[in-house]
Amino acid sequence: MESFLGRYRNLIILMGVLFLQVLGLAVQVKTGANEDKDTRLIRIWALGAITPFERALVWVQTSTGNVWHNYFYLRGVRAENRQLKEQIEQMHLEQVRLSEDAAQAHRLQTLLAFKEQFISKTVAAQVIGTSGSDLSRIVTIDKGENAGIGRDMAVITADGIVGKVLFVSPNLAQVLLISDQSSGVGAILDKSRLQGVLRGTANGEVMLERVMSDEQVQPGETVLTSGGDQIFPKGLPVGIVTKVGNGKDLFLNIKIKPAANLSKLEEVLVLTEKQERQSVADDHVRVRAADILAQRLPSVPDKPATAATPPAVAEGASPGAAGANTTPKPAGTTGNASSVLKGASGNTPSKSATVPVQPVKTPAQTSAPPKPKPVNKSSTEPKPEGEQAQSPTQPSIVEQKPAPVVAQPDTPPPAQDNSPQ
Amino acid sequence: MPITYTSGEQVEVYRFSLPVTIGVPLVALIVQAYVPKYFPSFAVYVDLPLLVTIFFAMARRNPVAGLFTGSIIGLVQDMLGSREIGIYGIAKTVVGYGASSLGVKLDVENAGARFLVTLGFYLVHSAVYITVARGLVNSTQHWSFWHGILAPGLVNAFLGVILYFLLDRFKQRT
Repeated sequence: MESFLGRYRNLIILMGVLFLQVLGLAVQVKTGANEDKDTRLIRIWALGAITPFERALVWVQTSTGNVWHNYFYLRGVRAENRQLKEQIEQMHLEQVRLSEDAAQAHRLQTLLAFKEQFISKTVAAQVIGTSGSDLSRIVTIDKGENAGIGRDMAVITADGIVGKVLFVSPNLAQVLLISDQSSGVGAILDKSRLQGVLRGTANGEVMLERVMSDEQVQPGETVLTSGGDQIFPKGLPVGIVTKVGNGKDLFLNIKIKPAANLSKLEEVLVLTEKQERQSVADDHVRVRAADILAQRLPSVPDKPATAATPPAVAEGASPGAAGANTTPKPAGTTGNASSVLKGASGNTPSKSATVPVQPVKTPAQTSAPPKPKPVNKSSTEPKPEGEQAQSPTQPSIVEQKPAPVVAQPDTPPPAQDNSPQ
Repeated sequence: MPITYTSGEQVEVYRFSLPVTIGVPLVALIVQAYVPKYFPSFAVYVDLPLLVTIFFAMARRNPVAGLFTGSIIGLVQDMLGSREIGIYGIAKTVVGYGASSLGVKLDVENAGARFLVTLGFYLVHSAVYITVARGLVNSTQHWSFWHGILAPGLVNAFLGVILYFLLDRFKQRT
């Protein structure tokens, strides 16, 4: 017996070590160690041993790069500065236009009682390492629990989503990239509004799954988060469809190019706090594009004076007042459409304003609901109110029974037209 | 002669100082985790912890030391990833044992011999990894032999020859 043990000593030790590891694997598979905290501590130890050196490398690299770029390599900075200033000007104008669109979207969401998630707090973190294996696509960031980061928090960049937090230690966190095989993100195609599940593949590609093969998806279409996974807020950019083919089980095989460059991540944002709240359009700081243009262009004639408007009515016309807090007024008090249409700028009606207001109910309406009038969602050319009321198209918003009001600075409509009868 | 068959007594056994024993695998793990941040292909084609495991195992020519070296390096590599802990551990344990057992029989000092041995052990490592991942962890990972195994094996073998000559400087005769 002793000679047997001595002769096969190495082999017995090998078998013992392998058995222990297989046993450990079996326990992890059985208990789903990737999902719970069984292996958390041991991973934290390993990360704690490796990441200080990675932090040092990142620090040295960043410092060297900063010294070089800030003090030595300043070639072309003036030209770049000039270009950036021009770009800021253009973006400023673009921002005005987009804020107008966003405000309008908020108004419509309010009418439809949409709930949306708002990103209320983020933590910026630096990527300091990877798993070092192509079989496990994760990155390590230099912030952890002490910075408010927790498991399953969304990680994004300015370009698009990156992944979710997988493991957290006090000063570090590991982020599972969307290109990992085990990741899954609820996604929606921007134009066709088809929903699917975003998954990584073995070779690091990102695919959109669960889209039926009888649907039409075109390469180049943008993919956004759907919010269905309860991790990523709705509407964050995911990527662009690059290839569409037939997959198995009657589903399409849609290849996505991620919006964020997952192979060269430097800094990321962790969404540490998000709020789900009723969409309420805030109108206090909103500036209309038409008003800004009117201020900048002296050739634009002054707007015609309008009838005096009670402030309460003007607020009622604002998107914020279009929400649940708006108190319906008696029909007679809201009769003047031009006064209701005082735009977001406060006291000037706008040509492009089409503001839905809270429906006004009379006792007669309570028993017999009036025929809802259509809402002109994005009208840029004002029409007489009579035409609006007779429009054959009935948007879905009409189900909320908002009364349509169209800005008409030149020919204010009669007061009686605005009150639903 | 690329490979010399010797008896156990004729083969030279090397040892390493404690800083080298700990520092070299640690540096290999750090580089393996850090470089793919800038060069993602590095993670696909290079497995520095495996090369270090093979080097130490062959130099020490002690199967028990070799399997423990491989086991520890592999387990740490597992801990840095998101998969179950033990897949790399098992694969590198087998490689460490095999490399040190081979080192007892063969004196592998020549560049050509090192190239072949490294390539062979990379294939063994991949085979064990795939077997464990599919058989025990039920992984659905798809492996391409040419692009996923043989090409990285050749790259690692080439890199291993260079790395071994660098690490030879740390060898101490017993």
